[in-house]
Amino acid sequence: MMDSARTTRFLQATASMVAIAGAWQVASTFFPPYLFPPVPDIVTRTLGIVFSWPLLSEVLITALRIFAGLAGAFVLGCVMALAIGRSPRIESYVTPVLGFLQGIPALSWVVIAIIWFHGIEFRIFFIMVLTTLPAFTFQILDAFRSMSKDLFEMTMSFRPRRWTLFRVLIVPTIVPGILTAWKVNLGNAARVVVVAELVGATGGVGYELLRQQQLFDMAGAIAWTLQLVLFVLIVQQTISTIESWALRYRAASERAM
Amino acid sequence: MTEPIIRFRDVSKAFPRANGGGGRGRGGDLLAVERLSFEVAPAEIVAVLGKTGCGKSTMFNLIAGLIEPTSGEVTVSGHNPFRDFEFFRGKIGIVFQNDRLMPWRSALDNVLLGLQILDAEPKHAQAVARGWLERLGLSGHESDYPHALSGGMRQRVSIARAFAVEPQLLLCDEPFSALDEMTARDLRAEFVRLVRQNGKTAVFITHQINEAMEIGDRVLVCHRPARIAFEARMDEAARDSGRQQIRDKIMDILAVEAPAVQ
Repeated sequence: MMDSARTTRFLQATASMVAIAGAWQVASTFFPPYLFPPVPDIVTRTLGIVFSWPLLSEVLITALRIFAGLAGAFVLGCVMALAIGRSPRIESYVTPVLGFLQGIPALSWVVIAIIWFHGIEFRIFFIMVLTTLPAFTFQILDAFRSMSKDLFEMTMSFRPRRWTLFRVLIVPTIVPGILTAWKVNLGNAARVVVVAELVGATGGVGYELLRQQQLFDMAGAIAWTLQLVLFVLIVQQTISTIESWALRYRAASERAM
Repeated sequence: MTEPIIRFRDVSKAFPRANGGGGRGRGGDLLAVERLSFEVAPAEIVAVLGKTGCGKSTMFNLIAGLIEPTSGEVTVSGHNPFRDFEFFRGKIGIVFQNDRLMPWRSALDNVLLGLQILDAEPKHAQAVARGWLERLGLSGHESDYPHALSGGMRQRVSIARAFAVEPQLLLCDEPFSALDEMTARDLRAEFVRLVRQNGKTAVFITHQINEAMEIGDRVLVCHRPARIAFEARMDEAARDSGRQQIRDKIMDILAVEAPAVQ
């Protein structure tokens, strides 16, 4: 039953992607290649990147930058969320700052980072952390606050030590929120890293996109974009698999819905 | 005379109203417990009976150390249950009205919770937890998550969780009220058997007269705000065939009580 539903969903998703590719191919017969290159050209360029180590390494550099930025924002976000959750005083100081940070566009951070810092990697790390930190903090804080009062009282009735309380109650409570935060922020981070590399780096997918723009090479631009899309899809699928395992206790009730 | 396990001396507890009633001032507070004094002896089962909203759960939370009295003194084994946090590690077991099982833990892991918090040796803890599940008729359900268990089974797991830490004192807050009568009756009998067999002291809160009389060595009938309006020793009642008189008396008391404060 589940397998057939999964197969149907896969076929539906494939059908819509094939439809887009078909429409693109039709458009390529009416427009010049620098606007709509034929689909086979795009596929060839995409595979060319995947099978060429120097080109693939540019994709991996971008992937590492995304992971590093997200990891930094996640650690900082966890610390801040727990601090805010524990102290209303900290909340009243920190929350407005996070709200302010959330309003700053990614491009502004790029400009600020270029002026402030010389090192490319640190620039990108700084941009990634600052753009994803508020979302991480608020999502983890929400998860922390959604902790059941009943379960908290029950656990406290055994008089746990602080670390034990964190391990047996707080971590399992916030895990679903953490996984959602990673999924949401991964998409944001992929968009931000391209902008950061486009303006402030000499390597990575963003930099390669800048080169394709200078060469007016649409097939190349799409091929590099597809690398990033594939990377995001693979990581999101990995997170979903982890989520299914970590939240397996929910499986039956969700299916019942 | 043996030293009581639980002692309430002139205990009052008021909660500030969320709105209206003059805010946080004394006049605006909601008085849940008023000048309550009673004692519970070791190995005694005391049933606390009263209408819904009469302050029984507040009394329960005071004993459990989850809240602090506004005035008066609560001691459990001679210590303040709210302030002496470390002293009470593993000494109080609680069975709540709803099972409060952690949905991400299997039945076995839920029973293991208290033992893990008390840093019990893992192999010993596993054996103890499995033993309690077996005693409560849950063998074969060790790996089941709470959502896969019935209401009665879940409550059995929560009873096993409370007993597994070998507490001196068991507190039960209407633990069978959400169950059907047959399941509740079986679990009540099981609970009393386990308490007596293990020589535990227990405070059992309920709003059902039959349940209180069936379980308690002593029944305390509470008036709103929680103060004791009537007290009966059930062993004497059984000997003197006075159960019906006690039941009638309790019903009279509960009938004349003022309507619940909203």
